[in-house]
Amino acid sequence: MTEKRRLRLFRGTRERGELKEYQVAAGEGMVVLDAVHMIQAEQAPDLAVRWNCKAGKCGSCSAEINGKPRLMCMTRMSDYPAEETITITPMHAFPVIKDLVTDVSWNYEVNKRIPAFKPRAPDAPDGTWRMYQYEIERPQEFRKCIECFLCQDVCHVLRTHEKHEQFMGPAMLVRAAVYEMHPLDEADRRDHLRHEGGIGFCNITKCCTEVCPESITITDNAIIPLKERVVDANYDPLAALWRKVTRKGEGGRGKG
Amino acid sequence: MPTQDIRTHTYDVVVIGAGGAGLRAAIEASAQKAKVALVCKSLLGKAHTVMAEGGAAAALGNVMSEDNWRVHFRDTMRGGKMHNNWRMAQIHAQEAPDRINELEAWGALFDRTPDGRINQRPFGGHTYSRLAHVGDRTGLEMIRVLQDKGVHSGIDVHMECTIVRLFVVGGRIAGALGYFRETGRFALFRTGAIVLATGGIGKAWQITSNSWEYTGDGHALAYEAGAELIDMEFVQFHPTGMVWPPSVRGILVTEGVRGEGGVLKNAKGERFMFRYMPDMFKGDFADTEAEADAWVKGDRKKNRRPPELLTRDVVSKAIVKEIAEGRGTEHGGVLLDIASKQSADLIKKKLPSMYHQFKELAQVDITKDPMEIGPTTHYMMGGVKVDAETQESTVRGLYAAGEVGGGMHGANRLGGNSLSDLLVFGRRAGQYAAEKHGTPPRIPDADVDIAMQEALAPFDRVDGENPFAVQSALQAVMQRHAGIIRDRQGLETALAELDKLKVRALEAGVTGSREYNPGWHTAIDLRSLLVVSEATARAALERTESRGAHTRSDYPDSDDKQAREQIVIKKEGTRMTVRRETQPALPADLMTLIKEGK
Repeated sequence: MTEKRRLRLFRGTRERGELKEYQVAAGEGMVVLDAVHMIQAEQAPDLAVRWNCKAGKCGSCSAEINGKPRLMCMTRMSDYPAEETITITPMHAFPVIKDLVTDVSWNYEVNKRIPAFKPRAPDAPDGTWRMYQYEIERPQEFRKCIECFLCQDVCHVLRTHEKHEQFMGPAMLVRAAVYEMHPLDEADRRDHLRHEGGIGFCNITKCCTEVCPESITITDNAIIPLKERVVDANYDPLAALWRKVTRKGEGGRGKG
Repeated sequence: MPTQDIRTHTYDVVVIGAGGAGLRAAIEASAQKAKVALVCKSLLGKAHTVMAEGGAAAALGNVMSEDNWRVHFRDTMRGGKMHNNWRMAQIHAQEAPDRINELEAWGALFDRTPDGRINQRPFGGHTYSRLAHVGDRTGLEMIRVLQDKGVHSGIDVHMECTIVRLFVVGGRIAGALGYFRETGRFALFRTGAIVLATGGIGKAWQITSNSWEYTGDGHALAYEAGAELIDMEFVQFHPTGMVWPPSVRGILVTEGVRGEGGVLKNAKGERFMFRYMPDMFKGDFADTEAEADAWVKGDRKKNRRPPELLTRDVVSKAIVKEIAEGRGTEHGGVLLDIASKQSADLIKKKLPSMYHQFKELAQVDITKDPMEIGPTTHYMMGGVKVDAETQESTVRGLYAAGEVGGGMHGANRLGGNSLSDLLVFGRRAGQYAAEKHGTPPRIPDADVDIAMQEALAPFDRVDGENPFAVQSALQAVMQRHAGIIRDRQGLETALAELDKLKVRALEAGVTGSREYNPGWHTAIDLRSLLVVSEATARAALERTESRGAHTRSDYPDSDDKQAREQIVIKKEGTRMTVRRETQPALPADLMTLIKEGK
């Protein structure tokens, strides 16, 4: 059982491009990525699209479908009326490389600068630790992140205001939250989050939570608790006195 | 070829592939103070390891204290139908626990036992609960941990760069040539040590759980460089892939579903696996549904495992037989039912990705209804022949680890042994590559020019055939003639068809520019797919018995004389040669351990 479907895809580079219309014969259960692959195999072999697993596990095939940030492999063609032309454009918050592929390397640079995991000394003589399931549920939620960067794409601080230089974005806040809330971790990332990470730019509109294909409660479970930690560290009078005595935390660049 | 087209890099060690094995190798080489490049075909963190679901097998003994490396070794050898490289199986079983604990030191968050240790789940072919896991997304956890450890280790990562040629000068590795997808420009990596960690070859079949990357690049690069390949006939067809709707056919359904109590039923509602018990495992598994159910409920001392947890080769063949005899479902599968065995809460907690995957892609609620499943191409047991201790191939300076390496899993891999394999042997490959890298010999300019010209040749044939069409034809040939059940006639047909496809591949052309051009990438990948497909068909034709994942309808029985015989593939001149080689016998103490279980 197939039916003719119309798609409009962005074709081009960061300098110039246009929306081009294609027709495919869509079969039962087909997802948008299947349709894009059909176009690639039969009509436009040089159509650039990133994908790997086609099962919602790798986060490669992020794009905007009718303006909404989504994974193409987890979006069914039948979610859209048959007569509707489905428009697919690359993620807006990142520079286009070609067609549906964007340059997401900035995320990798930001991640590299998050202070690394630093575990406490092992709990047992054999060098292992003891952690309980209830302690790790929260960071395990963040570890579901597949790095699709759809939350970065939808975040207005990055998408509209292009504050890539000052704000690490929800995906990287989630990344930092894994270690900040890891029961074994002893590193302190609050200074990094406040200054380089620009956590203050987030005004908790929760757009990121809405687009997350892994249903991670980004704003409530990751960003807000991180904000509270940053606030506690900086505005707690006892902590401020402690910093003064120990001269810790000096040299911040004062932002946010 | 204009020289400004190439950027030259020099490294002590170049690791090709950034899945678990590649990352672990790069981290180790870097820890040994080597200057390391990690080159990957996709973005970092997207490698096939992210799709691994069930867990990593290691005899930690956290859940069942009876477990130790000896039992794990015995399970691995029996699962591999005694064809494994025994030394690799031994090293793997001995070192896996340290590699798992090390991941915890690097930040991994495995699910816990009530007393706060790493939890372990049961899996096919493992005597005890042995798989360290994170729900059903263990691979994602491992790749993130290794990725973060890697980026803080000073490794240079070259993303979306495909290696097209290895250079061997005077019998040893001298470097590699690759192109960047974004620009289509070439990079030359000069190095005395290369670790191949490119994964498998599943894209040579139509129904597969593997991604676009799995075109056998490492196998083919090693072969072209003169290295030997072994066990290429042993391709694992995982019993449970999705079958409906058509667009999701082949997507993996984790063995963890059966580990958590899921049962297999045919269209008549019969739980058929009780009828397929191989002699080797008689007495190890439950005889009745009542016993199997009691085991699932947690009474594991008095009861034996359900037959659904037999090894993958056995379960896949049973499913094929049920379908062939007319007891399959409407869409040509069988049913995997966990809804009637576990609560909705437990299913969502232990198998969240599966719940999500079926809900989104098939509109099936697995807490209420059974899943329709069938076998899917999943894993390549065969690969580059390596030294068990160092992972060095038969070419000096060329190493292989993880799926691209051969020998560890014999004729059939146990679930969970891949994630531990890639850690154990990734580390070893990285260590020895760093220790022994030396100064690379100079690569003649002419060799580099030829490699670039060959890679660019499809652009000279703008009117040539569409490379996607050739790829799809190749997949059809392998699916039909070199699938789960094989015979002489089919394999000979496959070889004849592959010969024709070689010609078509050489005539395939591409249009457009060199920038991010998937048609071009596919034309290049075809070269690897053709090598590994031919190697698989030739080895399958040579092995005149059925063993593990290799099933010949014209030789349905196992032949003890061939158990330790290995099919070796090597390039001589321009020709693919096939020969048999007998593996060293197991030492007496290990043989006793396998036979008597002590």
